Amino acid sequence: MGNIAMPLTVAIPMLFAVLILVTGKFWRGVGSYLGPLAAFIILYLSFVLLGVKDTTYIMGGWIPPIGIVMVLDGLSKLMLIIINGIAFFSIIYAISYMSKYTAQFKFYALFLLMVAGMNGVVLSGDLFNLFVFLEIASLASYALVGFGVESEELEAGFKYLILGSVASIVILFAIAVVYNITGTVNMADVANTIGNPMLNKAVIFALGLFIFGFSLKAGLVPFHAWLPDAHPSAPAPVSAMLSGVLIKALGIYALIRVTFSVMGAPTEILSIIMWLGVVSTLVGVLLALGQYDLKRLLAYHSISQMGYVALGIGLGTPEGIAAGLFHMFNHATFKSLLFLDAGSFEQSTGTRDLRQMGGLMKKLPITSIGTLAGSVSISGLPPFNGFWSKILIIAAALASKQYLAAAIATFVAFGTLASFVKVMRFSLIGPLPKIYQNLKESPFSMTFSLLALSIICLISGLFYIFLMDSLFYPATNAILKQSAYISMVLGIGG
Amino acid sequence: MKKEKIKELIEDPNLGMTLIVKTVARITIALILLYGFYIIIYGHLTPGGGFAGGVILAIAYTLMMLAFSRRIALVKLSDFWASIWDNIGMLAFIVIGFVGLGFGYFLFNFLSKGKPFSLISAGIIPLLNLSIGIKIGAALYAIFIGLSIYGRLVLEEEE
Repeated sequence: MGNIAMPLTVAIPMLFAVLILVTGKFWRGVGSYLGPLAAFIILYLSFVLLGVKDTTYIMGGWIPPIGIVMVLDGLSKLMLIIINGIAFFSIIYAISYMSKYTAQFKFYALFLLMVAGMNGVVLSGDLFNLFVFLEIASLASYALVGFGVESEELEAGFKYLILGSVASIVILFAIAVVYNITGTVNMADVANTIGNPMLNKAVIFALGLFIFGFSLKAGLVPFHAWLPDAHPSAPAPVSAMLSGVLIKALGIYALIRVTFSVMGAPTEILSIIMWLGVVSTLVGVLLALGQYDLKRLLAYHSISQMGYVALGIGLGTPEGIAAGLFHMFNHATFKSLLFLDAGSFEQSTGTRDLRQMGGLMKKLPITSIGTLAGSVSISGLPPFNGFWSKILIIAAALASKQYLAAAIATFVAFGTLASFVKVMRFSLIGPLPKIYQNLKESPFSMTFSLLALSIICLISGLFYIFLMDSLFYPATNAILKQSAYISMVLGIGG
Repeated sequence: MKKEKIKELIEDPNLGMTLIVKTVARITIALILLYGFYIIIYGHLTPGGGFAGGVILAIAYTLMMLAFSRRIALVKLSDFWASIWDNIGMLAFIVIGFVGLGFGYFLFNFLSKGKPFSLISAGIIPLLNLSIGIKIGAALYAIFIGLSIYGRLVLEEEE
């Protein structure tokens, strides 16, 4: 029957989103109480689920493959922790940050709907529900990108809406092709009936469509055009969620689930994913180097770092996948930390342009510590977490004899370091401009999230062996053991 | 008070379309609303259901807006209440799902299933259809209000 917390991670944020919308009409400030409460409950539930044995939840008592099923395995547990952890810190941060916006309760409602959609994506056991939850999360994020309703934000939101909808339609079309071939949309049932996917041309076509759609959601090059516009334009907590979680849950997670659990990881497809990743790392970092807009620079680094994750996953070896998942976790922590820092700088100084900042270490100490921790992590300096995951990915690439990929990954690591040295040089040190003499540190709810995420960056770097054993290798096992997934969902064989 | 205002607005010849359209619309709106509710309530027995019926409900209000002008439609059902009904529909759906949790599963069909093909049967499905119908009807109407938010200013010289 499964654990009751599984449907609740989707249902509770939805319930709270609607409650906020109804009561928000009469009491505008309700979101800043109910929103963090809901985020805390689902964070607690995802920690509860971390300790639960792998299981399935049958919706409404209809057994699979007829009914809808939710699947909890190592990968889903990891994704739930990432999603709900970052969502919790972002929503705490948003209490102070969003106070300058109008219609705050709508922000919290959309934010919770986005979280509900992502939780649904990572728990869903069939392709069509994955698509439905993906659309819930995407539609909420389109609205959140344009939340400031300035011309720049609306343009970015519209661009994101068009490109994201193209990806959604392509994914739906791929699902239709798979349904036509197999007569089912239950992922385990599809995997059971489809056999070797490379023997059927229609399945190869569907796989190509899946890779296109999910790569666009993940922001991999050459499908990245929406990302550098959408991520900087959103309010800071939303940027942190988009960059830290959304592109992973809707893009990389769904890509992993379809290629590994459903299609059984054909090597040709894996090498396509790997080279998409390699190109993304290189292009992302080269585009980031010339940027002076802090949030835009971070958005280009998201492309680059997602490339690392795709590179690790595409290697297809247990070491590579575990390193890729570890980098995904690390990227969620340090990139959301950096986006929240950028929001704190923007709120204090009123600008995102690095050339107009300087010497902020003295005036904004906690934000600066956060920026320092995030920059050091993303550039891959020990003992912070980014170092370990990058070196593990490069080592895994060398072990699979992908020397060119390893060389590019190493080069990109130096490029990342260079561009974050630039960030620190322009924002933290140097002379303080006169207009910033009276700056004050951001309020407690913002600095709390910054400090907490900085500490997570450091601790997950120091205790990375423990994390690898408890989180990432179980997730890798869940990815690689397709037969275990099938037998768990359909209740056959094992 | 509200009735008098609506009557006054309906009889204003400057608002909305011609008398012919208004007369026909006055009859058909009621029939369209009735048909929308029929589609929703018989959703579990015949083709259609919450979504299709909700769209028909929204069409009735949209016809009202086109034939009699936007102002009358907003007096009948304002954007504020459209939004409230929209949220109430969704809330009802989620609450029914949570009640099912008390019987073991989320969205469990906990009511008596009744006799097949009779109106009161199929447990919670008619209730879910009703909540979806309300949500879709109110939401599409609210979208139409949003789309018709812009108008042309009538300058004094033109009058």
